[in-house]
Amino acid sequence: MLPDSKIPEGPLADKWDNHKFDIKLVNPANKRKFKVIVVGTGLAGSSAAATLAELGYEVDAFTFHDSPRRAHSIAAQGGINAAKNYRNDGDSVFRLFYDTIKGGDYRGREANTYRLAQVSVDIIDQMAAQGVPFAREYGGLLANRSFGGAQVSRTFYARGQTGQQLLLGAYQQMMAQVDAGKVTLHTRQEMLDLVTKDGEACGIVTRDLTTGEIKSHSAHAVVLATGGYGNVFYLSTNAMTCNVTAAWRAHRKGAYFANPCYTQIHPTCIPAADEFQSKLTLMSESLRNDGRIWVPRSPDEQRRARDIPEAERYYFLEEKYPAFGNLVPRDVASRNAKTVVDQGQGVGPLKNGVYLDFAAAIERDGLDKVWERYSNLFEMYERITGEDPRETPMRIYPATHYTMGGLWVDYNLMTSVPGLYACGEANFSDHGANRLGASALMQGLADGYFVLPYTIGDSLAGKLGTDPVSTDDEVFQAAEADVRGRIQKFLSIGGTKSPDYFHRELGKLVWNYIGMERDQNGLEKAISEIRALRDEFWKDLRVLGNTDTINSSLEKAGRVADFFELGELMARDALDREESCGGHFRSESQTEEGEALRDDDNFQHVSAWEWHDMDTPQTKHAEELIFEEVTPSQRSYK
Amino acid sequence: MSTTLNLTLQVWRQDGPDAAGRFETYQANNIPDDASFLEMLDVVNEDLIENGKVPIEFPHDCREGICGTCGVMINGRAHGQEKGTATCQLHMRKFNDGDTIAIEPWRAAAFPVVRDLVVDRSPMDAIIQAGGYITAPTGTGGDANDTPIPKEAADSAMDAAACIGCGACVAACPNSAAQLFTSAKVWHLNSLPQGQPERYKRAEAMVETMEQFFGSCTNHGECSEACPKEISLDFIAYMNRDYIKSKRFNRKLAGQG
Ligand SMILES: Cc1cc2nc3c(=O)[nH]c(=O)nc-3n(C[C@H](O)[C@H](O)[C@H](O)COP(=O)(O)OP(=O)(O)OC[C@H]3O[C@@H](n4cnc5c(N)ncnc54)[C@H](O)[C@@H]3O)c2cc1C
Ligand code: SF4
Ligand code: FES
Repeated sequence: MLPDSKIPEGPLADKWDNHKFDIKLVNPANKRKFKVIVVGTGLAGSSAAATLAELGYEVDAFTFHDSPRRAHSIAAQGGINAAKNYRNDGDSVFRLFYDTIKGGDYRGREANTYRLAQVSVDIIDQMAAQGVPFAREYGGLLANRSFGGAQVSRTFYARGQTGQQLLLGAYQQMMAQVDAGKVTLHTRQEMLDLVTKDGEACGIVTRDLTTGEIKSHSAHAVVLATGGYGNVFYLSTNAMTCNVTAAWRAHRKGAYFANPCYTQIHPTCIPAADEFQSKLTLMSESLRNDGRIWVPRSPDEQRRARDIPEAERYYFLEEKYPAFGNLVPRDVASRNAKTVVDQGQGVGPLKNGVYLDFAAAIERDGLDKVWERYSNLFEMYERITGEDPRETPMRIYPATHYTMGGLWVDYNLMTSVPGLYACGEANFSDHGANRLGASALMQGLADGYFVLPYTIGDSLAGKLGTDPVSTDDEVFQAAEADVRGRIQKFLSIGGTKSPDYFHRELGKLVWNYIGMERDQNGLEKAISEIRALRDEFWKDLRVLGNTDTINSSLEKAGRVADFFELGELMARDALDREESCGGHFRSESQTEEGEALRDDDNFQHVSAWEWHDMDTPQTKHAEELIFEEVTPSQRSYK
Repeated sequence: MSTTLNLTLQVWRQDGPDAAGRFETYQANNIPDDASFLEMLDVVNEDLIENGKVPIEFPHDCREGICGTCGVMINGRAHGQEKGTATCQLHMRKFNDGDTIAIEPWRAAAFPVVRDLVVDRSPMDAIIQAGGYITAPTGTGGDANDTPIPKEAADSAMDAAACIGCGACVAACPNSAAQLFTSAKVWHLNSLPQGQPERYKRAEAMVETMEQFFGSCTNHGECSEACPKEISLDFIAYMNRDYIKSKRFNRKLAGQG
């Protein structure tokens, strides 16, 4: 059974206020009696840990990084949205809500999305108070830009390092609580299992990545803020250590996994230069404001880009989508790039990219202007490729960037396991089938600063006077034994292939069959091929070294093992969803013009998958989506 | 098309914090010059695993110069010879076929080796914890535009805030001092209006915590040379000024402006 989503009654605009009034509170003097574990110290985790501690809770914060400041949030470049309407250009909470619901192709919850838009304004106030050096106008007020094709300028930014500055703000706020003794910080500790007793979350088991020590930690509530699972694709813009293990272990302990097939492919990444490349670099989407995307019409083109005459260039986005041109949404831009590359029209030594050309912008605005706007991106590109975008067009190709799917949560951000919460990219809650640019940072901070710290009280209040389950309890002992057994297994297989080999091979399957475009045939193949590769993994894996020291092959083996299971579920979910929506494109379901065709009659729901065991596929629970304020319409960018 | 390189690596291997370390020699063959330095190490590691040898542990994560995780001494220089470049952003086209490359961990008493090329940089977090923040609990901020900040000031704060906390400044310093890192955070916060109430307390607490772990600054300037974000030495002077003031200044009078 799917738990109640706890969406409050009443008009959309009042739901959050009503809910805050209705939920149970924990009185200030009692908060210190509660222990909360927060796993993950990215934007969502740091902001949650800091705020919970400020409210008075005893917080234990965990990260596998050597410092909270290394979380993947640090890499976000472009910016963060907020409905401040500082530009007086007609933005509002309702407009941000509407854009987000529409951008998500009507596969998100109205109530969650509206709340996200509401608290967005508080985030900017909070971060400015923390000293985040947002970009400013000469008058000293905050600057904004329009991002990802938005019709209003609502994106706040700090040069090309918005994620870095926001994370440092949240990290510093948390470190103040570490200093105050309210947050106990556990770095280089990887959560390897969730522990439950009588169906409720009561703690976690961790491995110390430097000594190998396996340890149990108990608390009244557990919060997962462990980020997204984009690295299941192997090649992605995520940092190397991003993984799904925390969420997946929770899934295996009863937390439903929602919409795993919703992943976002970002159009402006630097194409891979060779076979063993392990990570792709994203360049800000703002480049599409001035760059024109094209490929040579002829697949046999040999000339340098500059020497190819206009008539022999195929500006595929401008031709197909005259109204939006190069600024079509991410999924449309990505899919079209893949199509031309698949047709053999790709550019670059491996013919695996399309041009993003600034020549027209330079001619129109002058080199200085263009350089001023994009110098950091141009330099980054040149550093990686050795080519100067002022002389020759950039080459770009789509790569996995963000995962909209994640742990199912109710309106309180609680998963289907009582006492277990999920925030930030780790949950599924606010973006539907596709996410708008600059909205992930917003959601992570909304969850951590302004939602979870209130909603968590609702379940804690009932636990007043109880102690956390002792770590001597058999549930912890059993979980520790499982974790140890798994580690021993990895070390003892003694096969011939490294975890990276398996990850790379898995990534190819996921990219080819569950990537930008999926069909029944491919998805069925994906399931059987992933299973076969997984069997090989468990027979032929080679992990060298010991467990009592840093051993990144060992860490990687555990993460890849979980990616195998996730990959299969992604395929099942994509197979089940016989419609196209947002980032999920089923070739069987398209309009005559080749655009994504939704099927609202059959699929206007969230798919939440329940784990059984290794031999029984997950079962699906559907949460119907009800639209009271907006009427779902078919997207069209023609 | 890219060309390939054959290289000889001399890599520091150390089994644990208390173990004795040693250099080991490895061949890195057929490395495309488009590869990054860390991708080159990936290839070497795959090779080691194939031959049944324990791979080299090296620090890394984002691989785009922002998380501050990576960092090794390359031929004696923190992050290698390229200016303003973190190890992960260094590309093999900057090396020549046949080169011998020595690769070592950061060397500093405050950064003990954990294994191979990985060190423990937690004292940097201790400095932040001591005062590298603005006390503004969630929900207490007024409207962000109520406090205008001159663009120049905001830009200068951002220049300092760009520090990625990699520790190269410490590794490059003959005294293993952490002045550049610490001053970058002190200046980021002390230069902003929001940072004023705690300005001198912050400078005092951060500097004194820094001194518990790190050596003293004798103005060599190696730190800024090695810094992947080219953090300016000026910030050290600003920090020193605030630190000295923190000792003389009667904070009860701070409200008088
Ligand atoms: C290159 C890039 C650019 C982006 N740019 C933007 C942008 O401009 N605007 C925008 O809005 N969004 C952007 N995004 C998306 C956004 O950055 C992320 O969605 C967001 O930062 C995720 O934050 P988080 O706190 O949920 O997770 P993360 O920041 O990924 O943090 C995860 C945390 O969990 C910890 N963790 C994970 N598993 C475990 C475990 N098992 N045990 C212990 N700890 C664990 C990690 O150590 C880390 O601390 C970008 C993403 C990428 C990849
Ligand atoms: S000041 Fe520069 S070298 Fe030092 S930690 Fe910061 S970024 Fe690294
Ligand atoms: S790996 Fe993140 S800065 Fe180099």
